Amino acid sequence: MFSALANPLRFMAFSRWAAPLLGVLATGLIGSGLWLGLNAPPDYQQGETVKIMFIHVPAAWTSMLAYACLGGASFVSLVFRHALADAAAKAVAPLGAAFTAIALITGSLWGRPMWGAWWVWGDARLVSVLVLLLLFVGYMALRASIDDEARGARAAEILALVGLINLPIVKFSVEWWNTLHQGESIMRAGGSTLAPVYLTPLLLAGAGYAAAFGALWLERIRAEVWRRRATSLALRAALA
Amino acid sequence: MSVLTALLRRELALAWARGGGALLAVGFFVAATVMLPLALGPAPERLAAVSGGVTWVVLALASLLSLDRMFERDFEDGALDLLALGPLPLEMVSAAKCLAQWTVNGAPLAASAPFVAVALGARLTTAPMIFAAAALGGVAFAFLGGTGAALALASRRGGVLIAVVVLPLLTPPVIFGGAAVANFTAGLPWATAITLLAAYALACVALTPFAMAAACRNAQS
Repeated sequence: MFSALANPLRFMAFSRWAAPLLGVLATGLIGSGLWLGLNAPPDYQQGETVKIMFIHVPAAWTSMLAYACLGGASFVSLVFRHALADAAAKAVAPLGAAFTAIALITGSLWGRPMWGAWWVWGDARLVSVLVLLLLFVGYMALRASIDDEARGARAAEILALVGLINLPIVKFSVEWWNTLHQGESIMRAGGSTLAPVYLTPLLLAGAGYAAAFGALWLERIRAEVWRRRATSLALRAALA
Repeated sequence: MSVLTALLRRELALAWARGGGALLAVGFFVAATVMLPLALGPAPERLAAVSGGVTWVVLALASLLSLDRMFERDFEDGALDLLALGPLPLEMVSAAKCLAQWTVNGAPLAASAPFVAVALGARLTTAPMIFAAAALGGVAFAFLGGTGAALALASRRGGVLIAVVVLPLLTPPVIFGGAAVANFTAGLPWATAITLLAAYALACVALTPFAMAAACRNAQS
């Protein structure tokens, strides 16, 4: 399927209807997930604040999905020198940064009533998601600061792959660091087993976030392809 | 082998001459540490509590200092093109550059780290561990920093860009190194931390030369 879509013309024809379709799907899934989630009974420990989960947790999942997509697209672009894969990598970075920022902001808002602090360094997930955001920012900064587009693209792709190898190590090291400093006891109330009243809306919202991510990504790739066409047309017109 | 020796000698000479060499890095390290008691207040117990960790953070920052000229000078004057045509693969050339960077910057910084930490109130017995952690971590800093420097070739803003690109990658060595020093100071088992630090440094030595060579080829094309 992916090799067929490597053809830009076919990709544009496919994404033309796939992007709006995914968007509609995302609206339905997120809407129903939030509806079920907000009408769920309050948690016996966390009260109403547990409902932040349906916005926060899917954003965190999507941010990791976005970095995996960035790494995958960068790999394809670097190895096969495919222009569409490069457009996909360029398009996914700001999206990933946005989802990571949503995860961090909602996590901080959730942390305030739960932990009594906006930010707790003792939570490994919070810290590794912050590093993820910094990796996205580094990618975009490198790409933006090199004038030559092809060169900037390849440099950014190499960085994305270095980051992809490093990300599991960062995650491991932060978790290891967390177990080391168990001073401020952080309790994730709710426990590991999630009741079905919470699990169903969470999974619905998760699928909805993934669909929204797909829709936005496709739209951004389309915009990038159009931008490149416009640039090359303008160059041709200037030479003629 | 003689080619490699000649290259290493050249890189060492260049790294030594580049922007003040070791003196600059150590000077920054000491000057930045002086800021700390001025900002936190002179209370000895408070300074002693953060001495190990702060030494480690300032070390990471100081090792970023001379990175921006690491590949740039050779790139600008065409020496990098000659090196690419030469008998050694660019991967080897990049590794030699990082080794020189570590010798000229990392090793003197590691040697001065125990002095700084002890001056902030760390116990004298922790000095060997601080030196060992700084020397090992310096290897990771040099090779990851070299990757950032090679990637930033042909960009408009070298220094800050390298810092933004490299600092998130430095999270694991900072965690492992800081933990090694902290555990050693507290009398806890420290072998795991220093082993993980060594493993990370070795992985950087093994893998980053490929990224650096790819980045150099990209900048030359």
